[in-house]
Amino acid sequence: MAGQRRARAPVFAALGDETRLSLVAKLCGRRPYSISQLTQGSRLTRQAITKHLRVLESVGIVHSVRTGRESRFEFDPQPIEGIKQYLDFVSEQWDQTLSRLKSLVED
Amino acid sequence: MDNYIEKRIELKAPISRVWRALTDYREFGEWFRVKLDGPFVPGQVSRGQITYPGYEHVQWEAVVQKMEHERLFSFTWPHPQSLDKVDYPLNHSGEPTTLVEFRLEKTANGTLLVLTESGFDKLPGDRRREAFRRNDGGWTEQMKNIENYVTQTS
Repeated sequence: MAGQRRARAPVFAALGDETRLSLVAKLCGRRPYSISQLTQGSRLTRQAITKHLRVLESVGIVHSVRTGRESRFEFDPQPIEGIKQYLDFVSEQWDQTLSRLKSLVED
Repeated sequence: MDNYIEKRIELKAPISRVWRALTDYREFGEWFRVKLDGPFVPGQVSRGQITYPGYEHVQWEAVVQKMEHERLFSFTWPHPQSLDKVDYPLNHSGEPTTLVEFRLEKTANGTLLVLTESGFDKLPGDRRREAFRRNDGGWTEQMKNIENYVTQTS
């Protein structure tokens, strides 16, 4: 658990980029994409896409799998799921905190 | 999944009472469960010790942002990676700092309190932040896509 929590900030940072978010949105359609496929229809170069994929890979949001001579990238929901759980946790804390405020001011 | 948290709560108390509970550091400490060193001053760091059972080892540190009388109280604070005793304290640099805002509105029966906490998506560079602003709703949209995926598969 502690390890997962420690990995949170980099996941937020990795997702804090428009290009990477669009890559994630594309990849979460489940099937792995090659860099060429991801570059198609994008105004970014292959090199730029690769750089962004490496950032996502470093926090575990995507994994690369080798098929033949080509690397394909696939999506892993686990790190994002971790963030979601964290936001749920923070949200729950606020519910409790605000209910204490409520009892204080309504007394 | 949104990149911020919003809570709306109706309080059966006059706005002046709620304002005092939010901004008087002793009253704040009572419901927030933190023993603060001194009063809140905009632009200044607020320090104290959490009194919530099990978390007494955690230090409270925030920077007071705005205190607009009976309207808005806000502060920023770091989100520690872990609050476990074994891991704490850690070096907090590089952790996301979030903005907490309490907004008050007078209602027929008392006060509406709207709490928001934002900045979970804190970006490293200003240029990127600007890109987001231009791409209206882009982030929220994308996160929805991701959430749809995550909920479908879990």
